[in-house]
Amino acid sequence: MSKANLLERRSVVSALLAGRKDAIAVGGLGASTYDIAAAGDHDRNFYLWGAMGGAVMIGLGIALAQPKLPIVVITGDGEMLMGIGSLATVGLQKPRNLTIIVLDNEVYGETGGQASHTAVNTDLVGVAKACGIVDARTLATMAEIEAFTPAMQDVTGGPRFASIKIDSANLERVLASRDGSYIVTRIRGALGFAPI
Amino acid sequence: MHARNAPSEKAAETTPSWPEEIFAILQRFDVRQVPYVPDAGHSQLIERVLGASSMRAVPLTTEEEGVALLAGAWAGGQRGVLLMQSSGVGNCVNMFSLTQIFRFPFLTIVTMRGEWGEFNPWQVPMGSTTAGVFELSGIKVLRASRPNEVREVVEAAAGQAYNACTPTAVLLSQRLIGAKVFTK
Repeated sequence: MSKANLLERRSVVSALLAGRKDAIAVGGLGASTYDIAAAGDHDRNFYLWGAMGGAVMIGLGIALAQPKLPIVVITGDGEMLMGIGSLATVGLQKPRNLTIIVLDNEVYGETGGQASHTAVNTDLVGVAKACGIVDARTLATMAEIEAFTPAMQDVTGGPRFASIKIDSANLERVLASRDGSYIVTRIRGALGFAPI
Repeated sequence: MHARNAPSEKAAETTPSWPEEIFAILQRFDVRQVPYVPDAGHSQLIERVLGASSMRAVPLTTEEEGVALLAGAWAGGQRGVLLMQSSGVGNCVNMFSLTQIFRFPFLTIVTMRGEWGEFNPWQVPMGSTTAGVFELSGIKVLRASRPNEVREVVEAAAGQAYNACTPTAVLLSQRLIGAKVFTK
């Protein structure tokens, strides 16, 4: 794959979330969670520190429960590959309010930069389309990302899938809360649900 | 062939009443999302869920998807239940960590294979470790082996899962469902 013109992940995620309004953002295990935290802590941020492969399904569960709210899952290529079947499940359910963003640096950055399948043979946009996610695309420039973000607010046009090729630089971690009860209770509180 | 050899009651070979009892309990607890990987033992309940306007049936490609889905459903304010076969429990192991991390009301109903008149030896290893896998994962295990105990077991499980956020699995014994009959 071409290494030219790769985007910087923190700028990408900041741009994606700048106009988030009431959206819930789910961050996949690893650097994606740090990117979401770096864009600003928020009571509607769902940080994952484990459960690799589960980010899209968590997003789907929220999307089905809250069909009027925009839900955006931001995850990495490795995390997406581990839950690749969930794209078929999303393609079947067709949640109109769900957007899936893959920050694709073609490596497992948390574990030493080993190559992922997207570096060689796997086209995630093609997989998403083949799973029935019609609106699946690559975003290659910051201008394209900024043009895409209003669509994330549209809860009638999903599901959407976008792959963004980013550089593989390992940035300083921005540590979000890793207390799962706190994270979920905070989101539920923001949606008006009391603790049990 | 997907026929089942219901061992104890001839009248129940066609439509046993316990799947209907489970469905009624799920309705009463306001269960809204029902992820599943199909199993013949769950087929009657899955049909009811697919026909229920208050429930969203979510077919999965692998069972672990359902654990993550239910965590998301809870964050979004809905309850769910995961329907699967014993062989799917092993597929969930790492994702079960979510039940402890989020302390959310996780309920799964599992049809057992590999434990009672099983024809297929490939079902036996996972069927033999299903309860142990749940227990090691911090999930309480309740079991129903006869038709007349299904309702109280599922009611107890739903009660402790949804009211006390205690992750719970109900095992529906192969003795209850009947061993799968393999014919050429």
